[in-house]
Amino acid sequence: MYAYDSYDRTLVMERVEQFREQVTRRLAGQIGEEDFKPLRLMNGLYLQLHAYMLRIAIPYGTLNTAQLRKLAHIARRYDRGYGHFTTRQNIQFNWIKLSDAPDILAELAEVEMHAIQTSGNCIRNVTADHFAGVAADEIEDPRIWCEIIRQWSTFHPEFSFLPRKFKIAVTGAPHDRAAVKVHDIGLRMHRNAAGDTGFEVIVGGGQGRTPIVGVTIRDFLPKQHLLSYLEAILRVYNLLGRRDNLYKSRIKILVAAVGAGKFAEMVEAQWADLKDGELTLPAAEVARIEAAFAPPAYEPADPFPPEVIAKRAQSKDFARWMRSNVAAHRQPGYAIVTLSLKPAGGTPGDATAGQMEAIADLADAHSLGEIRVSHVQNLVLPHVKRSDLPQLWEALQALDLATPNIGLIGDIIACPGLDYCSLANARSIPLAQQLSARFADPERQQRIGELAIKISGCINACGHHHVGHIGILGVDKKGEEFYQVTLGGSADENASLGDIVGPAFAADRVVDAVEQVVETYLGIRQDSERFIDTYRRVGIAPFKEKLYATH
Amino acid sequence: MADQMVTANRLTDGAVVFLAADGSWVERLAAGQPVPEGEAAAAQLKRAEAATRNEVVAPYLIDVGPGADGGITALRYRERIRAGGPSVPWLADSGAEAS
Repeated sequence: MYAYDSYDRTLVMERVEQFREQVTRRLAGQIGEEDFKPLRLMNGLYLQLHAYMLRIAIPYGTLNTAQLRKLAHIARRYDRGYGHFTTRQNIQFNWIKLSDAPDILAELAEVEMHAIQTSGNCIRNVTADHFAGVAADEIEDPRIWCEIIRQWSTFHPEFSFLPRKFKIAVTGAPHDRAAVKVHDIGLRMHRNAAGDTGFEVIVGGGQGRTPIVGVTIRDFLPKQHLLSYLEAILRVYNLLGRRDNLYKSRIKILVAAVGAGKFAEMVEAQWADLKDGELTLPAAEVARIEAAFAPPAYEPADPFPPEVIAKRAQSKDFARWMRSNVAAHRQPGYAIVTLSLKPAGGTPGDATAGQMEAIADLADAHSLGEIRVSHVQNLVLPHVKRSDLPQLWEALQALDLATPNIGLIGDIIACPGLDYCSLANARSIPLAQQLSARFADPERQQRIGELAIKISGCINACGHHHVGHIGILGVDKKGEEFYQVTLGGSADENASLGDIVGPAFAADRVVDAVEQVVETYLGIRQDSERFIDTYRRVGIAPFKEKLYATH
Repeated sequence: MADQMVTANRLTDGAVVFLAADGSWVERLAAGQPVPEGEAAAAQLKRAEAATRNEVVAPYLIDVGPGADGGITALRYRERIRAGGPSVPWLADSGAEAS
């Protein structure tokens, strides 16, 4: 993992002390809320429905065990004993006191964490494939480039007051687990004909009120030019992005307005001035960052340990968990294990302090001290020896973290919704709980196969509903909660936006409606065809027909 | 004409509070003071804004009325959730921190 140098450390500590003084002045009445609000937001402190919420950055979703233990400590000492992992690979604490915030940030700084740029119209925490560095299909570890982007974008003076927030995601694998096509900038690493690795640069993707799948403006960007090219994009956006209308201020609106071709031309024109200048990445600096992400010292390990083969034969539950929660690792004899934060009837993404501590212990024992946060709101142990899997599974079961549902219908994304969020129009969590309870049977889940339900409590789409195979958007209809259902969205390399199936459903109808969609799919799928493939083959009509037959 | 009540978040911890008849801020909606919508409510809000700069954040008016149990309640479900806390329980932590 990347470790702070003295520059990083000083920068974060100075910010903590600056904010401490600002909070003191606010509590003493020396600054009013109007002046203070932007200052607290710059430090990730939002005022939500019931309390302050602190959003802490987890750069590219990578944590060490000291950091996870610190988050557990913060949950217990300053919050109500739990935290919420988000679709931005961050963690949010929902019950923070303003007076505690500086102490919390100081504690975070001790483990090289902060809440800087988790709010505001700046470049936000860079996200990445949660299997970065370990995925069997990976070309190159995207975290190296995420870290380079993090260093470049932190407190970047030119881009601290953009027209709107700005999100960058990076994948180093052909299978996109980072949803790069629905980010302001998505970077997909690939090889060119000469065998060099570089970036496909995708811009103008996003969800929210105006969902758009990003467009490629450059097929291949050599790696040393990453920052100068990003700077060129940001400069065009900063100059031309709309500041007169909040709803039209994201880069996607600019790209759509001028057209991808024209936008690419403008970027290339800017880049002509920046290319080969001071932002060209020196090989030595790239090597320094690369070294921080060098593969750990794996021990020789049996790819087919007899204890795993025996346990699979003996326990259906273990076999099922292996199928859904264990992924192929690039290192023979190792596996990637996803810890489901989606128990049937639970709140997606929530973990208690006790669970976090236990996960840190398990990561030390079985994952070389490393944990990842996925944008799907689960945690990942990225370096598990296959021979450890039976023992790890037992431990995870005891912690209620072994629900065998990764990528299945129970693996629901849900934003905090109206239970916590001041922007929401409807609740998301109770619906996710009802759905995961309805589809709790693990055999049924595996029979249904790959199916992503994503729920947002408002049009801002933090729950990624636009790219859910089944997307659900909460709306307020004359003071009642209603839910609009979309079908056919996808966040992977074949990204697509869901189609609205018809009029919204009342809250007490929506779980049945989802079940009808699933049953319709099961009735028409061919062989083991996935939901998304069936949908793309047959379209919306059969689903619509079933859902509204009685209306 | 509906009744209204001034609500806000407490500055120090963000807790939801309501303006009571004696001018204090209370955590229970039932202990807040309903006032008739219109001039009276607007005046109440103005007083709250002027007097509580350093005690609460962003005061505003909500519609209130009689609830099913005969007591007073917020009329919009958003405000009912805000007044009552999340509608779903959160995970209970396993215990005290190791020293």
